[in-house]
Amino acid sequence: MLSFISRRLLISIPTLIVISLVIFLLLNLAPNDPMAQVPLTVPPEVKQKMREALGLGQPLYIQFLKWLIQFFWIEPQVFIDYLFDTSFSEGKQRVISWQTRSPVMDIIVQRMPQTLWVVGMSYVVGILIAIPIGIYSAYKQYSVFDQVGTFVTMIGYSVPPFFTGVFVIVIFSVQLGWLPSIYDTTHSVVDWETFKIQLKQMVMPVMVLALQTTAMINRFMRATMLDNLNQDYVRTARAKGLSEWTVVMIHVLRNSMIPVITVIALNVPAIFGGAIITEQVFKVNGIGQQLIGAIYANDLPTVQTITFMFAVLIVLFNLLADIIYGILDPRIRYD
Amino acid sequence: MKIKSLFVGLAAALIATASFAERGSDGNVSIIYWQAPSILNPYLSSGTKDIESSSMIIEPLGRYTETGALVPYLAEEIPTVENGGVSSDLMSITWKLKKGLKWSDGSAVTSADVKFTADYCMHPEGGCAQLAKFDGVTSVSTPDERTIVVKFSAPKPNPYGPFMGGQSPIIQKKQFENCMGAKAPNCTDANFGPIGTGPFVVTEFKPNDVIQMKANDNYRDPSKPAFATVTFKGGGDATAAGRSVLETGEFDYAWNLQLAPEVIANMEKAGKGIAIAGFGPLVERLEMNLTDPSPDLDANTRATRKAPHPFLTDINVRKALSMAIDRTLLVEIGYGKAGDVTCDLVPAPDLYAAKNDYCMKQDIAGANALLESAGWKKGSDGIRAKDGVKLSILYQTSTNAVRQDFQALIKDWWQQIGVETELRNLNASVFFGGDPGSPDTFQKFYADVEMYANTFDGTDPQNYLSMYRCGNEPKPESQWQGENINRYCDPAYDALLDELSATGDLKKRGEIGIKLNNMLTKDSYTIVPLVHRGRVSAHAKSLGGVVLNTWDSELWNVADWYRIK
Repeated sequence: MLSFISRRLLISIPTLIVISLVIFLLLNLAPNDPMAQVPLTVPPEVKQKMREALGLGQPLYIQFLKWLIQFFWIEPQVFIDYLFDTSFSEGKQRVISWQTRSPVMDIIVQRMPQTLWVVGMSYVVGILIAIPIGIYSAYKQYSVFDQVGTFVTMIGYSVPPFFTGVFVIVIFSVQLGWLPSIYDTTHSVVDWETFKIQLKQMVMPVMVLALQTTAMINRFMRATMLDNLNQDYVRTARAKGLSEWTVVMIHVLRNSMIPVITVIALNVPAIFGGAIITEQVFKVNGIGQQLIGAIYANDLPTVQTITFMFAVLIVLFNLLADIIYGILDPRIRYD
Repeated sequence: MKIKSLFVGLAAALIATASFAERGSDGNVSIIYWQAPSILNPYLSSGTKDIESSSMIIEPLGRYTETGALVPYLAEEIPTVENGGVSSDLMSITWKLKKGLKWSDGSAVTSADVKFTADYCMHPEGGCAQLAKFDGVTSVSTPDERTIVVKFSAPKPNPYGPFMGGQSPIIQKKQFENCMGAKAPNCTDANFGPIGTGPFVVTEFKPNDVIQMKANDNYRDPSKPAFATVTFKGGGDATAAGRSVLETGEFDYAWNLQLAPEVIANMEKAGKGIAIAGFGPLVERLEMNLTDPSPDLDANTRATRKAPHPFLTDINVRKALSMAIDRTLLVEIGYGKAGDVTCDLVPAPDLYAAKNDYCMKQDIAGANALLESAGWKKGSDGIRAKDGVKLSILYQTSTNAVRQDFQALIKDWWQQIGVETELRNLNASVFFGGDPGSPDTFQKFYADVEMYANTFDGTDPQNYLSMYRCGNEPKPESQWQGENINRYCDPAYDALLDELSATGDLKKRGEIGIKLNNMLTKDSYTIVPLVHRGRVSAHAKSLGGVVLNTWDSELWNVADWYRIK
């Protein structure tokens, strides 16, 4: 197992470097210009000077090397400085956003909590709703409950958040006036009252996102439960005189969870990625909103850094899913 | 009875003034911009969102009012030739600071700060976004604590570039001293929280998200601002911003609601707020390409003055294309109260506005007759042609719902006069991005006609009109940079431009400006103006003191805002 993990970790290093190069080249070869948003009243010579100040005049390989050094050498130093109050990174050039002219990492750190709260919470809520429904749907296959469940999850799966998001805003904010339509990112929770306000502003984005997660995980849960319910060992368990509860919740559920857990693990990186559309609709200042804003503004260092961090997370969680597999199913051995 | 009601009125007026006569008495005001501010230093970003949000914190020596007039802010008065502030040879301007001005940290504002501001922006490695404001400045000197003299390399009839308007505010020397040139991006704290003289100071800045501000204790008017704190939220889209002010009432002020007229009207019905419109010099126009964009030509000839356009060089064609357009309908569909029909490139300010009306009425029959008499005959397919050249147009613009509606309508009208049109729309960041490697930029103009909007800063159109100088066209030798998009070239126009740049008398300048405007529009149809575009913003019914200003930052008078009780 250990040698498997270390082998996989070693392979992921060249993989990640290739990924970062591909991202860099894609971004740079695509037709774009960070000065595109600049008003036409700014003369071209001034725009040219602004581009040079951003380091755009340099050859591509120097730009890429600079980013590699900044990301893998200087940013970790900044992190160490932050942890131990040292000063390794002093005076060194960090990855700088073209929009804000400030370090990209600082903004990511500033925005990560909102993303984790809203998107992470929706993930947990979604799983908590999806699993019981999936179990019961499979146990009572083709019942009214199963049919309704299938219908609702299909809708959840196929209706995009830019529709459901605006839809719930129109109902709950505009018509009923119960919930705020714009997430107050300056709000801090200090007591019961402010907690209630926080809860109110989180309900809509969390539920809109949870609808998607619920739909996906519910479908998996139902399918694997159905596979297992018809197995011989279930008949044996019943023949032994075990109660229905024990049969379904202990024997069948445990075996059915293996693929579901893989799906859940593989989708965790998406939490860090934030929910681009939902964050934009509710104005949650998360990573997704930062990414889409940076894409609009052609802020390549920010886009590059965030996308690359997604790549790292995806590689890591793939590895994690493989390891969990081995633990849950003793038949799977990697050595 | 009369006296009694007079007293009641007087008392009410007193209470009303009292209610906003104290600094910070009106609580919080919340403003939403659907483009989020990224930085609060307008010298490092020319985005409107950044300039306007920072205008609440840092101020220039003078601003433009809602009518385009000049009004002193940090200066005692606006220097002119009459009051001796501008030298009679137009080579220098002398500003004088108000007495007793203080930065928000309590230190005194001196002429050294003003001089530093100029040095900061003019630093060769800084990539200053407002460098154009300092064009032609040779030196900035400070004879005493409150006096600043700016000298120019050539006569400047409009010397109000540096330190005037939202784009050129004064920054504090002490704070930015170590942020010159290439070091500018390292000063994150300063760029995110400049020390200023404005009515508010930053308490927290989250880039691309939200700014928290509080009233500036050292603001020069002790009774202002009425609001104690400001929440300045950014991001999302225009619809959501409009909704939050007009329908849910969560915010007090929403900027630039670029929405269909009926959408805004519907939102207003909720009764929580009011949409207001203001007009600057922004004009949506068709630009005619006077050079041949044919892909058969080699890259060094295509769309350059070496290859004249096969049919758009005929003024009758350009005129007919303009005559076929029903501008009233375009305004109605696309802009509602945020638009007006215009036939001018410079529709405002009044001094420079020609107020032409030649294009007000659509005239399809007239356009057909004109083309017929010019020898363009309809073929069997209904498309006009002459000497084997067909009137077939590639018409491009940026991707945007209103612009695509316009394209469809105009295509139909041109069809009616026997002109075939192919439509194309391009992503705005590609179209307006100056990437010389991309074939799709508006500068390269690989199309026959293109549509976009443009405007100018401040109230003087000299630089704007100078864009159409011969030689200023985008071309391969200049890496496709240049502003003479049509590749217009007329020695008479250039001579008149030279005359304009040597004329100081305002009335005379107005006359020349109108002549130049007419040469490009009415007399040559090189530029075909469509819509004079305004800006629509919205404010809550309880927010008083809002004066929409399109010549300067929209938040120019935020110190005067108050809560209607």
